[in-house]
Amino acid sequence: MTDVRRRLAVSMLVFGSLAFLAVIGAPLLGTTPIRLARVFDRSIPFADNVDAQIFFIARLPRALAGALVGATLAAAGVVFQALLRNPLATPFTLGVSAGAALGAMLAITMRLHLSLWGVSAVTAASFIGSLCAVGIVYAMARARHHGFSTNILLLAGVTLNSFFSALILFVQYLADSAEALRTMRWLMGDLDVAGYGPLLAALPLCIVAFVAFAWLPRALNLLSLDTDAAASRGVNVLRVQRVAFFSASMATGAAVSLGGPIGFIGIIIPHLVRLMVGADHRIVLPASALVGAAFLVAADVVARTAMAPVELPVGIITALIGGPFFLWLLVRQR
Amino acid sequence: MKLGAGGWGLGTGGSGLGARDSGLRIRLTAAVLALVLLVSAPDARRAVAARTVESGHAPTRIISLVPSATEMLFAIGAGPRVVAVSSYDRYPPEVDRLPRVGALVDPDVERILSLRPDLVIAYSSQTDFLAQLERARIPVYLYRHGSLADITRGMRDLGSRVDLAAEAGAAAARIDSGLADIRIRLAGKRRPRTMLVIGREPQSLRAIHVSGGYGFLHDLLDLAGGDNLFADVKRESMMVATETILARAPEVIIELHYSDTASREAEALERKAWRLLPGVPAVKNGRIYLLYGGELVVPGPRVVLTAQAFARALHPDVLPHQEAVRVIPQDGLLDRK
Repeated sequence: MTDVRRRLAVSMLVFGSLAFLAVIGAPLLGTTPIRLARVFDRSIPFADNVDAQIFFIARLPRALAGALVGATLAAAGVVFQALLRNPLATPFTLGVSAGAALGAMLAITMRLHLSLWGVSAVTAASFIGSLCAVGIVYAMARARHHGFSTNILLLAGVTLNSFFSALILFVQYLADSAEALRTMRWLMGDLDVAGYGPLLAALPLCIVAFVAFAWLPRALNLLSLDTDAAASRGVNVLRVQRVAFFSASMATGAAVSLGGPIGFIGIIIPHLVRLMVGADHRIVLPASALVGAAFLVAADVVARTAMAPVELPVGIITALIGGPFFLWLLVRQR
Repeated sequence: MKLGAGGWGLGTGGSGLGARDSGLRIRLTAAVLALVLLVSAPDARRAVAARTVESGHAPTRIISLVPSATEMLFAIGAGPRVVAVSSYDRYPPEVDRLPRVGALVDPDVERILSLRPDLVIAYSSQTDFLAQLERARIPVYLYRHGSLADITRGMRDLGSRVDLAAEAGAAAARIDSGLADIRIRLAGKRRPRTMLVIGREPQSLRAIHVSGGYGFLHDLLDLAGGDNLFADVKRESMMVATETILARAPEVIIELHYSDTASREAEALERKAWRLLPGVPAVKNGRIYLLYGGELVVPGPRVVLTAQAFARALHPDVLPHQEAVRVIPQDGLLDRK
């Protein structure tokens, strides 16, 4: 027990500093040189202080959004992999992101022009879309069983994913070319949130999810081995599964509506972290959140600087960096 | 907005990567298809170009899948010979009575063949479709978008293809003189640093797409007396970060909205979105101009109207500007709301 505590403390310290450095460092990096002294110079009015505007309006919200989305997707990935007892599960496996994408597509093509507290119709619609997907998948998993079948959950999720993807293509096909291009761009992910409104809207859901995540690890350890064994050890399996499913799904929905369906983080980060700290969810879950945050913040720095002034989609960066790196890790470990 | 297959193909390809994790496999397939289309396009172009020379007589049953080419045909008097148009055609009003036979990615081949055309105007990237037309021995005219100069050049070329060279020459000359008139009136005026926004997420500053330093929109902005903020990037369209906008500090922002109408409230809300960047000179000085109308971005005979709309926004002292400029297609006059 004390050993786990010690390892937890060490990994929190290491990965925590990594995430902290990424969030602090990212706003300092960029194609426009800014002077830190000028950023925090209160004697210059904010409206005339371009350095401060670049720091506080453009870069800091982006870094924070990257941290929030990265942490959420990585942690949700860990939870889904344990819940479905499938190492290939991602936060998007059960159709949450496809539902979110469909919502966003509809908002874009129907030209919904609404916004509330700085949250645009596209963001709101994508979150509603993810909720619909979660609801449908859950109803399916409940329908045939008294309890909660993870097999049916997986099958229903994968099927729903394909079905929503087909609907997305259909909506895109009917859209005119400008809209089709916008919908495609949305699918590639974007963290340039321009202000703190969208961030504040996603934050409460993520916090609720992380509170649930904090309660889960011990049960997930047992659950990821065998549900019967977990039940015999006093785990309320149904309740744990339900909490895991809903918290991870909500968090994913919030993250996707904030940054788009940014791929690779939900699968690569959990595995990367497991290679470093072992399989104990008490360490893997928080460590994945921190590494996910650091990784996405760093990837976004690349996205906004690599081809500047042209902005690269961050989802492409995560896939381009993540894929080969993960393969290298696999080969090296052996 | 008209986009060549290039924009489409690349866009799809990128999203295929991005959506990989979410299991949108079909998208990846679409991306590969689009890339194949792109890669194989030049060969088809050559083959078809060689064949179009053969058929000598003036076509009388024309199908146009390219909206700007449709507009050109009507502008040079070939309108009565057009028997079908693409699903995106909206102008001139006469096209409303014509059958719609698909567009860039979904040409309705059966319908097109059944209309027995003797000329089909298509995009060079529609390789499969072009091969089908070739088998049916239907002559093809390939249309390509490019710079502003390509518009009148393309119009003259299209005119000689449909045996209306003189009419096309006259119409092209009218466009050239209309553009020259604007250029002359604005000669020597100070050229504000201008950002031309061609799309963003409604009521927020997310996914801001602007015109880079290539294409007819950039040329029109240049002609209308504005210095494109992103002239150094030789692309038709690019997405920019808010940081770049803050750093480059545009003096004027022109936004194109493709809907023909917008309520005053909607317009005010779109304008309000820019308040997130109070330090940008265009925002500070209230020099944000929202232009409405899908016709603004058709690289056809009405580019003079787009140039006028830009010029009004950029140089209100020369050409007075009010809240919103709307191009009214019917009488070709600029109407101010």
